[in-house]
Amino acid sequence: MGSNLLINYGEAVAMLLFVIGFTNLLLQKNLIKKIIGLNIMDSAVYLFLAEKGYIEGRTVPIVVNGVQDVEAYINPIPSGLVLTGIVVSVSVTALMLSLTIRLYRRYNTLDLDEISTRLKKEGL
Amino acid sequence: MDFIQNFPFFSIMLSMFSGTVCSVLPRRAARWVNTLMISLIGVLSFVLLSYLVVRGESYVYMMGHFPAPWGNEIRAGILEAGTALFFCVIMLLSMLGGRKKLQEEVVESKHNMYYILVNLLLSSLLALVYTNDLFTAYVFVEINTIAACGLIMIRQNGRTIEAAVRYMIMSLLGSGLLLLGICMLYDLTGHLLMSNIQAAVQGILEDGTYEVPLLVTITLMSVGLAIKSALFPFHAWLPDAYGYSTVSSAAILSSLVSKGYIFLLIKIIYRVIGYNVFGNSHIIDVLFVFGLMGMIFGSLNAIQENDIRRMIAFSSVAQIGYIYMGIGMGTGVGMTASVFHILSHAATKSLLFIAAIGLTDVSGGSRHFIDLTGAAYRNKWAGVAFTVGSLSMVGVPMFSGFISKLLFAQAAVQNHVKMLPALIVLAISTILNAIYFMKTVIRIYTPEEGSEYESVTFKNMKTYAVTLVCFILLNVLLGVSSQPIVDLIEQGLSMFA
Repeated sequence: MGSNLLINYGEAVAMLLFVIGFTNLLLQKNLIKKIIGLNIMDSAVYLFLAEKGYIEGRTVPIVVNGVQDVEAYINPIPSGLVLTGIVVSVSVTALMLSLTIRLYRRYNTLDLDEISTRLKKEGL
Repeated sequence: MDFIQNFPFFSIMLSMFSGTVCSVLPRRAARWVNTLMISLIGVLSFVLLSYLVVRGESYVYMMGHFPAPWGNEIRAGILEAGTALFFCVIMLLSMLGGRKKLQEEVVESKHNMYYILVNLLLSSLLALVYTNDLFTAYVFVEINTIAACGLIMIRQNGRTIEAAVRYMIMSLLGSGLLLLGICMLYDLTGHLLMSNIQAAVQGILEDGTYEVPLLVTITLMSVGLAIKSALFPFHAWLPDAYGYSTVSSAAILSSLVSKGYIFLLIKIIYRVIGYNVFGNSHIIDVLFVFGLMGMIFGSLNAIQENDIRRMIAFSSVAQIGYIYMGIGMGTGVGMTASVFHILSHAATKSLLFIAAIGLTDVSGGSRHFIDLTGAAYRNKWAGVAFTVGSLSMVGVPMFSGFISKLLFAQAAVQNHVKMLPALIVLAISTILNAIYFMKTVIRIYTPEEGSEYESVTFKNMKTYAVTLVCFILLNVLLGVSSQPIVDLIEQGLSMFA
């Protein structure tokens, strides 16, 4: 088990990053730090995919010099998935940031718990 | 290939494009386009459903020119078409019932935005229902989240923005887990299409090579979708989001958005992992336990609540618990009960939200119980509708809630280990439901002498009253003629496998 961890160190790092991002998104009070956590989490998944998609010694999946052997190329789908995922995470991040700006203009703080207590006081 | 087989694709695309068109139309026209489009998609789904019932088997529709292992696919069976039809009906009624409130609560320049978001939400829900590709499902899960977030914050005050932020955070945690699960499953199996993954999963189990990673994957996907559909410990965002957004949003969110994720989970269980594999893993027990806890704690929270909208929102937590309990039961009957409860809860909860808004409107806009005294006399239609919804939630015969409770009880009896806890919690939860719903019904039917608030008559709220009547009819229909619907669900589930 330990030796596998060493061989697949890329994946192990990705999982570690995922956990760091996940806990940040869940536990941080500051909204900006939460968003940073979200980005770390998503990037960790892309790192995982990129790590899985690359095979040592193979080249981009574009036919060069008529070589059509499967063994010569890597699988292009993980890269495609990463691209799609990046688009999704960018849009989600933009939405979160715009919500944060809204809240900051209204309450002059980025602390989500403090905003909640103030809302309760307002009694809306 | 029959022309009707194109309908799932048409539904998704129509909904998406009408959203785009709505952005440039004048407000009134946008509303009409929205209403017409939802009805049209409902009709398409109905035609598709009858076609599939006659045909008796599901079909796979190729998106683009590449065949199975490489291309993208749509799959339609009875359950998919039926769910799509039902989602359209509920969405149409929710939009009609909340139309007046939308005009009051939302800035006029944002109305077009609202129709865009609703159309986007519908198209993503339809895509979740129909897709046969896991990564496509993930992308539409995110689109669904963004649209739902917009629906929450379209009515702008501090509460809704905070609720939207909390909703986004929870949802993003869930979709992060789902994405990781999907990526790991792709690495294990080398496929993204559901049917291919299932074949590969069978191979993995026969070889006995990657059992632990497979278990991790199942866990990640189940937990991710459970977080997104607000299963018990993850429901913190829910009362604010349902309680303070405009009423159409609350009805749509509670009855459709969370159900879309549960439908995807059921689809993953049957079509990706395989029902037996999922049943043999212990995740099913975890879902069962959290479902039971949700049933009790959701109801307890609802009893303590002094705000009618938030009370209904907490009741949703309990009802989501019912659905997960059925999934966790591990029997076919349990799954049928869960799917039926998805329908019955959607019909009832949107009715309750729409009726509650009628009651609070005739009580000076206050949602506290003390002000609601006698509200049912001031707005008779909403009073009757709220009573029907409450009776259905409690599980009185003739209404849809009774049938789902009956089905849950039948399912519980078939599983010897889980029978006792399931039946006990079912009984406790029913009593708790009765406490808070009947409390409200009694409150709104308590006559109040010399009330300061004015009554409303049918003339002032034609659309609203008609919507309520449709909702009540839908509820009674689900309750009285449940057998054909249950048969259809069973057929649909057997098509899944």
